[in-house]
Amino acid sequence: MNLTLKIWRQKNASDKGKLVDYKISDVSPDMSFLEMLDVLNEQLINEGDEPVAFDHDCREGICGMCSLYINGEAHGPDRGVTTCQLHMRMFKDGDTIFIEPFRAKAFPVVKDLVVDRSSFDRIQHAGGFISVNTSGNTIDANAIPVNKADADKAFEAATCIGCGACVATCKNSSAMLFVGAKVSQFALLPQGKVEATDRVLNMVRQMDEEGFGNCTNTGACEVECPKGISLENIARMNREYLKASLKG
Amino acid sequence: MALDSKTPKGPIADKWTNYKNKIDLVNPANKRNIDVIVVGTGLAGGSAAATLAELGYNVKAFCFQDSPRRAHSIAAQGGINAAKNYQGDGDSTYRLFYDTVKGGDYRSREANVYRLAEVSANIIDQCVAQGVPFAREYGGLLDNRSFGGVLVSRTFYAAGQTGQQLLLGAYSAMNRQIGRGKIKMYNRHEMLDVVKVDGKARGIITRNLITGEIERHSAHAVVLGTGGYGNVFFLSTNAMGSNVTAAWKAHKRGAYFANPCYTQIHPTCIPVSGDHQSKLTLMSESLRNDGRIWVPKNMKDVEAIRNKTLKPTQIAEGDRDYYLERRYPAFGNLVPRDVASRAAKERCDAGYGVNATGEAVYLDFASAIQRYGKEQATIKGLDVNDAALIKKLGQEVVKNKYGNLFQMYNKIVDEDPYETPMMIYPAVHYTMGGVWVDYNLMTTVPGLYCIGEANFSDHGANRLGASALMQGLADGYFVLPYTIGDYLSDDIRTGAISTETKEFEEAEKDVRAKIDFFINNEGSHSVDYFHKKLGKIMWNKVGMSRNVKGLTEAIQEIKALREQFWKEVKVPGSNDELNEELAKAGRVADFLELGELFAKDALNREESCGGHFREDSVELDGEQKGEALRNDEDFAYVAAWEYKGEPSDAVLHKENLEFNDIELKQRSYK
Repeated sequence: MNLTLKIWRQKNASDKGKLVDYKISDVSPDMSFLEMLDVLNEQLINEGDEPVAFDHDCREGICGMCSLYINGEAHGPDRGVTTCQLHMRMFKDGDTIFIEPFRAKAFPVVKDLVVDRSSFDRIQHAGGFISVNTSGNTIDANAIPVNKADADKAFEAATCIGCGACVATCKNSSAMLFVGAKVSQFALLPQGKVEATDRVLNMVRQMDEEGFGNCTNTGACEVECPKGISLENIARMNREYLKASLKG
Repeated sequence: MALDSKTPKGPIADKWTNYKNKIDLVNPANKRNIDVIVVGTGLAGGSAAATLAELGYNVKAFCFQDSPRRAHSIAAQGGINAAKNYQGDGDSTYRLFYDTVKGGDYRSREANVYRLAEVSANIIDQCVAQGVPFAREYGGLLDNRSFGGVLVSRTFYAAGQTGQQLLLGAYSAMNRQIGRGKIKMYNRHEMLDVVKVDGKARGIITRNLITGEIERHSAHAVVLGTGGYGNVFFLSTNAMGSNVTAAWKAHKRGAYFANPCYTQIHPTCIPVSGDHQSKLTLMSESLRNDGRIWVPKNMKDVEAIRNKTLKPTQIAEGDRDYYLERRYPAFGNLVPRDVASRAAKERCDAGYGVNATGEAVYLDFASAIQRYGKEQATIKGLDVNDAALIKKLGQEVVKNKYGNLFQMYNKIVDEDPYETPMMIYPAVHYTMGGVWVDYNLMTTVPGLYCIGEANFSDHGANRLGASALMQGLADGYFVLPYTIGDYLSDDIRTGAISTETKEFEEAEKDVRAKIDFFINNEGSHSVDYFHKKLGKIMWNKVGMSRNVKGLTEAIQEIKALREQFWKEVKVPGSNDELNEELAKAGRVADFLELGELFAKDALNREESCGGHFREDSVELDGEQKGEALRNDEDFAYVAAWEYKGEPSDAVLHKENLEFNDIELKQRSYK
């Protein structure tokens, strides 16, 4: 198929940036979206132009490195996938596709479609861990039985890949789904309950400092989340936060 | 230099304990004056960085991704082995040790493997304490499953995302130390050289991938946890950024590179769909617990399938060739990866491949869905003769176990694996070879360590499933933190290492010269053009099946391609910005050297062992006819190559492998 691409080009963080049109032909429906961009970049290099910068690594939907806001949706039109798993069969011959970076105050653009998501790391530094040393001198793993339903829920929360689609999708650029997932994973497990109070207070404080917005319960983040992280996690974080504040 | 593995004396079961009791330690106050650089933040590097920081060292950690959480360990699917014997099925440290040595086709170092098995159980305790959400049974205890090449269930897992959960565990341990200031994290930094001062590794040169800035970093020791080099094949299951550069630069600075030809071609990956393909996707080995592998028995069915006039589900049971079950009745679909891959290739080469390219076999879940469905119906007291109900119940169980893998398959191939068998084919997945290390995990450069997939030590010529995660975490959490202390105990009076020395200056100059060359070269072909060509040579001539003619040609072709690359490579943009083409150019330059050494090593090793299959070394008759034939008399050694300029000039050093605790014999999975 033949496509028109409108891609956000921005030289660096201080450049203003603009959408630039590109034509691409002979796109196979079996290509992934990023493979289509590889073909475009090869074309640009051969013509003496600068290739489009975009983040990617594992290309199997698990590392969370790829991003892209495609036709107004984080990770594009398909559901339950990251951009690297999006395939061109989702598009039609003659389509025009808008490709932009994830936009949020806390995710400044680095270049073209690449953004800086280190704010997510800093939230994790503030409390996304259990304070246990890695010496191995701990109790036998089966000495801590965990109810299967809780273990499964903790696992589901822990499958967040930290891509930032929730933030890019939210009209308030809120990171509550991301933070809620981490808080929930530990809040659901006996090992994590010990320092639950400090964890939620510290992570929420850092989230606010980074400039993420608040949650107004529209639920768009859950719809666009490639891993289907549930809104339940935001509710659980709010309960944890309230509990911690009352104790505090 | 003679290769001394520094393996401690004494009975194998006591070596590690005795070693730990006798090494020199660094007291906590002195640790504060010692800096350690860790490159790579996957399971090995991430766990090492966290543990060293906890112990009190000042750690500087580096990764090329935008966050340490994105290292490619994250993509590991199936699980992690540990000799816990929770299932009471006869597992033990010795059995895990034995399975690993046998699975590696008797080409690993016994003492390292025993230590790995010994610390494995503790990894699970550690990870659970960190909040890693492993799969559990209804009683609240941990669940296990089986992997290839073993007869027990010792694999712990978190659905099809075990690597992700373990890496997030190591990442959380790092975060705690980053928050305390004990780890200084450098994201989006690529290591471009090792700096040696007075013969010891004392630092690295990096490039900031965002600003292009070249930086000097010093430390008392340098640890590489930079993963494998499977991307030398261009197409592999590795991440796009996975590369050999750190390991190769270490090699050029004096670290021997061991067994480069030992590559794991994983049997269950999604087949190549076209020339645009940028990478291949693995379907976890855990699927072979429940999936049965087959091709049609009759050529007319193969043709009908390719013409799309017949569906695989329409082929009767009796017309299917479950070739692994046929050839290897004892292990069936759970033979080790090298054996399963060669068997798939054998069927496809014979013309029985089931897709348009003739390079695919089926992985079928229909009988597992039936079995689980009936089991669930029985438990729930429902009608076991209701076919639709059985299928629904069975699919739910399968979804619970492998849901994310089935979804991945569906998105890539656009077929529903619950309804029709998956199509799979072998692909490059893991490299057992790597930087040579002694028992301390130190390379031939003093103070330079190498851990995880980047080193060569534990998997011999073939790695068993779910053992990579085990090795990465064992090295990082439990082995290196001891062994490095023994070395650093000599450095308590050294003081901070200056970067204002001629050694750093020269290393930086070399790095800058190469970057300037790429930016200024008026070339005509992109970096990928060369990388794809290299990949084709590697896959066709140094891939699953190797012979003297092909290997000799490959060496010549890679050398010629490398010369063309240095003349004609074209890198757009400038150095002082985010420039992925520039980063790729440096990586491919190193792959073009490694590739030749790889082929040279494969040519040197005139035997078949594990993932290295030489057509001139097979069993000619008897029960094992056609199977790989090892030559223990001449090749029971580690081939460690010393850098001497061109790859063709590399000098071979041998570490002879001694097997005192396991009898050397033909691997049989029949």
